[in-house]
Amino acid sequence: MDAHAGKHFPRPTPVSRPYWDACREGRLLLQLCSGCHKHQFYPRIVCSHCGASTLEWAQASGRGTVQSFTVVRRPVSPGYAADTPYVIALIALAEGPVMMSNVVGCAPEDVNVGMPVEVLFETWSEEITVPKFHPVATGA
Amino acid sequence: MHPLRGAIAIVGAADTAVGVVPHMGATELCVDAALRALADAGLRKDQVDGLITCNAMAEPCMYHAETIAEYLQIFPRYCVSAATGGGTTFAALHQAASAIMAGLCHTVLITMADSLRSGMSRDQAMKTQSSCGHPQFESPYGPTVPSLYALIARAHMAAYGTTPEQMAEVAVACRAHAALHPGAQMREPITVQNVLASRLIADPLHLLDCSLVSDGGAAVIVTSAERARDFPHAPVYLLGIGEGHSHEHISQAHSLTTSAARESGERAYAMAGLGPSDMQFAQLYDCFTPTVMVELEDLGFCGVGESGPFVQEGHIRLGGRIPVNTHGGLLSHCHPGNPGSMFALTESVQQLRGNAGVRQVPGAKVGLAHAQGGIMSSHATIILGTERN
Repeated sequence: MDAHAGKHFPRPTPVSRPYWDACREGRLLLQLCSGCHKHQFYPRIVCSHCGASTLEWAQASGRGTVQSFTVVRRPVSPGYAADTPYVIALIALAEGPVMMSNVVGCAPEDVNVGMPVEVLFETWSEEITVPKFHPVATGA
Repeated sequence: MHPLRGAIAIVGAADTAVGVVPHMGATELCVDAALRALADAGLRKDQVDGLITCNAMAEPCMYHAETIAEYLQIFPRYCVSAATGGGTTFAALHQAASAIMAGLCHTVLITMADSLRSGMSRDQAMKTQSSCGHPQFESPYGPTVPSLYALIARAHMAAYGTTPEQMAEVAVACRAHAALHPGAQMREPITVQNVLASRLIADPLHLLDCSLVSDGGAAVIVTSAERARDFPHAPVYLLGIGEGHSHEHISQAHSLTTSAARESGERAYAMAGLGPSDMQFAQLYDCFTPTVMVELEDLGFCGVGESGPFVQEGHIRLGGRIPVNTHGGLLSHCHPGNPGSMFALTESVQQLRGNAGVRQVPGAKVGLAHAQGGIMSSHATIILGTERN
């Protein structure tokens, strides 16, 4: 836990709490609109595609591809110094939405646009577990 | 014809000293800019009845415009603190134009300044930097502002084969222009090799791909075209203005390689009845070099995906097809945060008055300036000209 001291801990809201609760259980949830059957991220009280408010939680595949990425050479704050250099990436999830995350489990130089990745979960505290992504193993 | 076209004009424009200005705080720089613009317009402070400012990071106030009015002892009937990040300056011009057209006031002072170099405590600087991104869905991953723009650079490289060398040319061109501006913060010429040899901040962005951190302020005075005839300097007319707003957080952007500059530009061109080929200069928001690449494409100065070769061929230099950032821009003139594009505005006024000295675009009669804020989030484009019709 101390490894994450000084990092920016997310503060779940009433709307996002199911997402963070599921992360703690090692599951990635997205909202699914029962009106237009599209997924959305981040969590909202209204569907960003069709405007309906009939949103349900659905477990995502946890798979996606790197839409874009960068390697941060100067950490945002001392809490991230031990992780530096670290990869910030936009992940296009298989279900459609895009989310920001870190790509871990490989050298930053090995990340590229279009690379298939899969979710993993990093526990920061009793309450907070953060979804990150790692390259899909060759042949998997 | 749109009722705003040619309806208002800039009659005063001035910059403070910029760069490292330790003898004044952000509030004083804002007041200094105001006093200089009033002097440039030949106005007494009580002849201004509208005031627009933006908050300063170094000296934030609950009611910023009121603070500046109080300091100056002016008593406006229209008083607003604007806030759309780097797009604030031209959004403020939009508000000033609307307020004048609606009869809310007749002469607006827009003054903005910050003291990011000398006036920020270490705590303030840290807090400002670490507050970037969505607090739940981006910030935990440790993004820095350069890293968010690096995502745009990388996407452009992947989509169009744009290279770091091509992006570096934006910084080189801006520096070459700043070398011709006696007040610019950085005037030593640089090469593409210098940019690529500077340290990596967030791949593919090097230190010299990133804009400056500066103290400084600038102000303009805006009034109706009718009133604008009676000032010491020839009026500079607002011929077109448009905004576009697409997202706040980059992970929510519908595209990484195009932006709402497309919409803001189309709106400004439509109002002006002019197009990109009519522009004699373009002051483009250049917080990072890839920002300029996307704007060149979105504003129609080159085709989609073609900004790399376009820049490399020298077209954005003075004497090129569309000189960009004739003052040096945020990359080399100065970048005190939200007020950054005020200098693009005051430079445009100097160019259109024919007062830009060795960096003058010969015979400049019409030009464009574009500002954006957030992470390619809020966009405002203006078209200025020397003739009302």
